[in-house]
Amino acid sequence: MFRFVVRRLIWAVPTLLIVTFLVYVAIRIGTNPLASYLRSNQRASQEDIDLYVEQNGLYEGFGGFVRGYFQWLGGFLTGDWANSIKGNQEVWPDLKNAIGNSVRLAGIGALIGIVLGCTLGVIAALKPGSLRDGGVNTSALVALSIPPFVSAVILQMIFAVYTREWFPGATWLHFPTSGVYPPGNSGFNLTAMAEHLVLPVTVVAIQSIAVYTRYMRASLLDVLSSDYLRTARSKGVSERRVLVRHAMRNAMLPIVTLAALDFGALFGGLIITERIFEYPGLGNFFLEAYSNGDFPQLMPWMVIVVVAVILFNLLADLSYAFLDPRIRLD
Amino acid sequence: MTTATLLEPETPVDEPLSGDVQGLTQKSLSPRQMAWRRFRSHKPAMVAAVVLILMLLFVILSPLTARYGVNEPVFQTEGGVSNRYLSPRSVAWFGTDEIGRDLYSRLIYGTRLSLVIGLAAAVIGVAIGTFVGAWAGIRGGLFDDMLMRVTDIFIAFPFLVALLVMRNMLGEISWLAPILGERTSIRFIILLLALFGWMVVARVVRGQVLALKEREFIEASRALGASNSRVILRHLLPNSVGPILVALTFSVVAAVIAESTLSFFGFGPQPGSGSTSLGILVASSKQNVLTGNWWMVVFPCAVLLMVALTINLVGDGLRDATDPKMQRGHA
Repeated sequence: MFRFVVRRLIWAVPTLLIVTFLVYVAIRIGTNPLASYLRSNQRASQEDIDLYVEQNGLYEGFGGFVRGYFQWLGGFLTGDWANSIKGNQEVWPDLKNAIGNSVRLAGIGALIGIVLGCTLGVIAALKPGSLRDGGVNTSALVALSIPPFVSAVILQMIFAVYTREWFPGATWLHFPTSGVYPPGNSGFNLTAMAEHLVLPVTVVAIQSIAVYTRYMRASLLDVLSSDYLRTARSKGVSERRVLVRHAMRNAMLPIVTLAALDFGALFGGLIITERIFEYPGLGNFFLEAYSNGDFPQLMPWMVIVVVAVILFNLLADLSYAFLDPRIRLD
Repeated sequence: MTTATLLEPETPVDEPLSGDVQGLTQKSLSPRQMAWRRFRSHKPAMVAAVVLILMLLFVILSPLTARYGVNEPVFQTEGGVSNRYLSPRSVAWFGTDEIGRDLYSRLIYGTRLSLVIGLAAAVIGVAIGTFVGAWAGIRGGLFDDMLMRVTDIFIAFPFLVALLVMRNMLGEISWLAPILGERTSIRFIILLLALFGWMVVARVVRGQVLALKEREFIEASRALGASNSRVILRHLLPNSVGPILVALTFSVVAAVIAESTLSFFGFGPQPGSGSTSLGILVASSKQNVLTGNWWMVVFPCAVLLMVALTINLVGDGLRDATDPKMQRGHA
């Protein structure tokens, strides 16, 4: 076990280096950092431009890319980050806020998805082929087919316009549709924050509930038809105990793996939801940086998301190996 | 006894079950016929298939079903009567947009373009994925390992980010321009989506190949001197038609939704001369949420949802019908 973990961790380092280098090349070619710098700072002097090129290591040619990459990596690792091209701002404070906001949104959405989805999946799988099963399974597919921007726009329309128009008295039905706090708010305010989270979390939850429902149902159905459950029943173990101790524990294995993978993807994948609700998370941060061609903002973003994805991938593998004693490593 | 329980798991497609050998009077069915029977008994999928075919007919026969041209106002503005933002009425069933064009007709044209984009991207993606997956599965080794690692990362990586970064990069590489065309052209979008569409398919096909390649009938054909490509083309692919078909349906949905998402953020195709796509129409709902033009929001979203849902349901039914393992749940 220990050796497996160490070997995977050692392998993760070259993977990270290669992937981040490819990302670096993609962004260098795709956004053309120098041109976008000149677009944002039209009156920059030659000295400013030289300084920008120097700081970010924007050298030309293949050798220049390699050299620039290592210069960038060194700066990134030692905390010596270049400032953003728009407004010459420090990148980390904004990025840190964005990470916090995104983790909150993704975490709550994933939690609701796992709890409700697994419950629904179990409910469906206990009576396979019944009307209940068909109903749950089909509605999960319907929910999966709703693109997030469609549900977001529809929710916005209902709660920003129509509840206010039709039920002006029912203030509990009026949800804010953008941001984290109302304009002009300063400091921490839990109720305002929770209110602003309701609609974005709903959008995230619709998708994740559907995904977990289908996974849980398939996983439990698979376990329920296995031989060891028959053995347990024939030993005279009570039905309840068979379900809870034998079936559920095994059915949860793939769910844990999925959750680990899913969280890695959710981390940077809430772009659509965040954009529509103007929620200042990682997704919005990326879109902003992307449309400005802001190289000093884009690179740390990409690298943090890549690291998160690879780490959670690793975690998924490890959790599977750790939880399932049938899997032998080494 | 239902036909479902008769089917052995992973029965090769081209090996008919001979039901009457042991004196059974039941007419023998090929696995393909059985799959069709199971598909028919899957009610949501059948309903979805009918709706999908109706929609396809509507879209293919657009010269007959559309009431106005794609860029034609419902009537010329005269005497102070504006044709902008009309709510649904007899002259425009689904209302009109900001320059007085009929939303109903535009939805038909838009769906047509989006389905073409989705189908083309999915077919190209599935073709690449099948090729790569089959090759990796049969050869194994370093290529296989690399493929798994690369697809692992791409599948877990935020899809839209990868799409946007790739879009920018491919648009900047000058020697690719003659192949890909302009960044906002339909061809560019199709190829971009195909570039992301092959990975899931490759993994599915690889899994199939790995599961089948140790089986006796493959060994038999190997013993007769069949080459890798012959084994793939004659035995492995025909036996993987089911999963590939299922992957194709889900790829079409993924491509249609991806096109809409790109359009929603303003990075989608821009077909010239007032032509439109479902994504562009859905994207225009953004501006109409707060102004209360509900028809501009509801109808495009409903059509997109209907396209995604019906194809997904058909794919789901196909999977249940072609995957014998799924039947255990229903039995």
